[in-house]
Amino acid sequence: MKLLFETLKPYKWFIFLTLTIKSAATLVELAIPYILSYILDDVVPTKNVRNIVMWGVMMVICSALALIGNVVANRMTARVTRKTSRRIRHRLFERTLTLSSAQIDRFTVPSLESRLTSDTYHVHGFLGMSMRMGVRAPLLLIGGVIVTATLDPVLTLVMLIVMPLISVSVWVITQRGIPLFKQSQRSLDSMIRIVREDSQGIRVIKALSKTDYERRKYDGANKRLVKDETRASMTMSASNPLVTFILNFGLVAVVLVGAFRVNSDLTQTGKIIAFIQYFTIISNAMIGITRIFVHSSKGIASMQRIAEVVNTEEDLRTESEEKYPPRADRKHIVFDDVSFSYIGKKDNLSHISFSLERGQTLGIIGATGSGKTTLTQLLMRFYDVGEGAVYIDGRDVRTIPADELRSKFGVVMQNDFIYHGTVADNIDFGRDIPPERIKRAAELAQAAEFIELFPEKYEHTLTSKGTNISGGQKQRILISRALAANPEILVLDDSSSALDYKTDAALRRSIRENLGETTTVVVAQRVSSIMNADLILVLDEGKIIGAGKHGELLESCDIYREISESQIGGAFVE
Amino acid sequence: MNNAKTPQNKRDRSASYAPQSRESRSRVLKRVAGYLLEHKPTVILCFVMMLVSNILALAAPKLSQKAIDAIEPGVGAVAFDKVFLYCALMIVFYLISAILSYILAVTMVKLSQKIVYTMRRQLFNHLTELPVGYFDTHATGEIISRISYDIDTVNASLSHDLLQICASTVTVVGSLAMMISISPVLLSVFVITVPMSIIYTKHRSGKARPLFKRRSQKLGELNGYAEEMLSGQKTVKAYGREKVITERFDERNLEAVNAYYASEHHTAVVGPTVNFINNFSLSLVTMLGGIFYLFHILNSTGEMSVLPVFTITLGGVSAFVQYSRKFAGPINEFANIISELQSACAAAEKVFAVIDEAPETPDADSAETLDDVSGEVGLENVRFGYDESRVIIKDLSLKAEKGNIIAIVGPTGAGKTTIINLLMRFYDINDGKITVDGKEIRNITRDSLRRAYTMVLQETWLFHGTIFENITYGREGATREEVIRAAKMAHIHSYIESLPDGYDTVLSDDGVNISKGHKQLITIARAMLADAPMLILDEATSNVDSRTEQRIQAAMYKLMEGRTCFVIAHRLSTIQNADTILVVKDGNVIEQGNHESLMSQKGFYFSLYNSQFDS
Repeated sequence: MKLLFETLKPYKWFIFLTLTIKSAATLVELAIPYILSYILDDVVPTKNVRNIVMWGVMMVICSALALIGNVVANRMTARVTRKTSRRIRHRLFERTLTLSSAQIDRFTVPSLESRLTSDTYHVHGFLGMSMRMGVRAPLLLIGGVIVTATLDPVLTLVMLIVMPLISVSVWVITQRGIPLFKQSQRSLDSMIRIVREDSQGIRVIKALSKTDYERRKYDGANKRLVKDETRASMTMSASNPLVTFILNFGLVAVVLVGAFRVNSDLTQTGKIIAFIQYFTIISNAMIGITRIFVHSSKGIASMQRIAEVVNTEEDLRTESEEKYPPRADRKHIVFDDVSFSYIGKKDNLSHISFSLERGQTLGIIGATGSGKTTLTQLLMRFYDVGEGAVYIDGRDVRTIPADELRSKFGVVMQNDFIYHGTVADNIDFGRDIPPERIKRAAELAQAAEFIELFPEKYEHTLTSKGTNISGGQKQRILISRALAANPEILVLDDSSSALDYKTDAALRRSIRENLGETTTVVVAQRVSSIMNADLILVLDEGKIIGAGKHGELLESCDIYREISESQIGGAFVE
Repeated sequence: MNNAKTPQNKRDRSASYAPQSRESRSRVLKRVAGYLLEHKPTVILCFVMMLVSNILALAAPKLSQKAIDAIEPGVGAVAFDKVFLYCALMIVFYLISAILSYILAVTMVKLSQKIVYTMRRQLFNHLTELPVGYFDTHATGEIISRISYDIDTVNASLSHDLLQICASTVTVVGSLAMMISISPVLLSVFVITVPMSIIYTKHRSGKARPLFKRRSQKLGELNGYAEEMLSGQKTVKAYGREKVITERFDERNLEAVNAYYASEHHTAVVGPTVNFINNFSLSLVTMLGGIFYLFHILNSTGEMSVLPVFTITLGGVSAFVQYSRKFAGPINEFANIISELQSACAAAEKVFAVIDEAPETPDADSAETLDDVSGEVGLENVRFGYDESRVIIKDLSLKAEKGNIIAIVGPTGAGKTTIINLLMRFYDINDGKITVDGKEIRNITRDSLRRAYTMVLQETWLFHGTIFENITYGREGATREEVIRAAKMAHIHSYIESLPDGYDTVLSDDGVNISKGHKQLITIARAMLADAPMLILDEATSNVDSRTEQRIQAAMYKLMEGRTCFVIAHRLSTIQNADTILVVKDGNVIEQGNHESLMSQKGFYFSLYNSQFDS
């Protein structure tokens, strides 16, 4: 909530003004039934038609004032919610992008997504609702009670007796309803999961003739969902008739007690009529207040989820050189006895040491889960090492400011992303790279040939995730992106797996010939992709089990030789 | 294909809903009503309960009028017997009305849930009958929104709007009748105000619709952008592009909040205005009512003689005011309900479109079941195109004996998978014939044909469930020993054992983080367990690193032994040993033969083969 108030702070006078206008409009509206009872009780007995008309016109004027005030206040509210939503979303998105990888792993991407979308939406709704109704409903309630108290305090008491009854029953029903709704939300999730899974795996399902099985499975989920939804809705169905009945019961009580009081000359019939009017207003306010409560619990929960992200403490700060002193030798990349673990249990990398001169190429090969990708992520400081240190140009990466560090890299990751936009846009990636350089990068990455075949060439629009191009084309565009800014260090994580050997070879040749100053780190499955590297690391379960050039490793490392023999002259087209 | 055009298309499509022909809309409505009519007795019961409960609720203010009239004579003169009677009656009426409306609500919930259940089941069952091509061309999200969001919309409208319309009609007609009975002359007020509200809400909602459409479109775009960028968050970070991306997000955010503001700015007027019109009628009613009440007093004191139609009692004024509130409410609601009905119709249309999608052609009555397959597969002059105008396979003939290996090679995206699609009869060929054991596959039941194959695909598919369930998916009732044996052959057993729950580990989207390679090994174990006479391997080991691949090699060979195999592969050893190699390029089979004969042709295969030695 602190975050919400912080965001609202600059608009506090505006909000104050809005609420004042709203209150005024509400008070004016409250006067209408008051005038009604005044006309019937006091004006009519004067037997003066002009007075009746005059007071009637008064009612119309009040109605008009209420109209104007409410419209103005509602519009002002919309302006406040517009500004706050925009700021909250901006802050949340900005913070989300700057979260460290470890923090993102903790939140998980789907959860961050829903915070950005549905939670900000809930907060927007909650803000607007509390500004529109938050004043009106309590004012109507309090004002209504005060006015009725001046009309007839005893009848007011009679009426107020039913209020706690309503509150209690609404509270009990919602308390029972909320867990039921949560349950049916879970059932809905599992129903949707089956549909999603089956749409994606339809080939396997049909191939194994499992359609009947899947239908039964779906039917089970469908039945469970129907059962849960029925239970939840049935519980909530009780609230409307119950509240209506209690309210009407109060009404009857007012009439009844009123009768006694009229009989004893303690009140007038007109007051009873006015009372019935106020009663409707007050009870509507009651319903409004309970609605605000239900909504605000949702809005507050969402705000908390947003604040969790925004207030996450920054990790991976730039540290001082006193703490992590630089090295004397100025080798381009140095890993000095690095160990690292994602969750602090088993080391995902242990005791990794190697160094590279500027312009050299490092090849990394090893089994699934051997730590190849982890190594590249430590180099880019997506995570901090557990032990040891990573140096670039002799400086510990922890002492290099993030901006400076990132600007050194050109990266293609596993399952890297293409976004909705033109080819040029995807290569440029918001870096304002001149078109010639983009073209040049595409040529180097062997992408130019197919891009030129698109009708709009570099202005060809790619779909989200690149679903309108092939895997090999995607990889070449990603490599173009990595090359476009002439990076100091190029990291290619299994980024040519979808290329056929011919293209892969041409790509390697062009990088070698044109980017002599660039230090390259290549993670690969294929020996042929790395066999010309200056240094090849063979990883197994987070440890280096072989390091050296292709020829040396063939001699010294059994596993490398095994991999190599299985592939050279063994692997073929893809 | 071109996404930049989608918003445009969307607008076109939604625009086409608006002037949707009356005829098609009524057809959709009729079909929706069909679901309701399956439960005729319940529907009738609901309607009766609704009628009674509304009439009772309507009668109550009339009773309160009587009660107040009984109080009116004043001090010491209150007619208590009448007051008690009417108050008791009011309680009874309200109570019965409340009970009825509760029963009604519960019945409606049950009824609508039954209908939703039926619609979902129909839709899902139909989905399983659709050809795989449907899933290739429709996004999963789209299918999900049909089965959840659209059906829910239809349902909400069925259970809420229809009842609401009936109830409102009863309320409007009823309160009108009541007001006439109290004072027909006072009613004339509504001659002014009712048309005012109707015209106003109609005018406003007409203007609001495009604003709301734009608002949900902009919000959708914003969400889409956020999701897209979050999925590439690591890349954004790697390039240090956080600022630029945030700026781009801000642009979309601004558009979204502005669209929101536009619609809120607009709707900010609606509530207060409707309120104003109500208050305005109240003022007129009070004014006239006051005057009529005055006439009533003057009449009774004999000071004046006015026609009785121009007089009213105090209780009458009170009841009239209450009815007038009841009367005004639904009139304003109608506009909302009608627009809700429109969106329900649109949703129903989308649901029906899926249900009406042509399913796979059903098996012919004469279709045989394929038993004891030996595994001879023949293709004779096969011709096929996904789109009949674009033929992909022109004239393919092939003979595979039992135990043969047929390798399909070619660059990515060349159409290798098409051949698999035809063998499994995911698609029907345009011309020629495919046979298994000499029988035309169109004369065989799909189930038995597909059961004759085991398939391992590049895209691993595992479902939410335990590893054990996932492995036994191809053969229900397999014992644990059999599963473990298959897992051992696929070299995944020790990994599975290392998981906290072993074979009972539940695979879920957010649960255990299991790598792509391990997933693929699980699908291989599944295939090993399934034990079908023919095998299709579509780059089955593409996600497995070469060392593991080598380790499972022996098992793969064992799996292939004696079975007719169709292999899409990049391993030369497999390809070299293949009995027939099909070389596919740009969707055409351009070369066919064994390794030696293809090498001697010095064609595309030859150049592919040699390219691996360049580096």
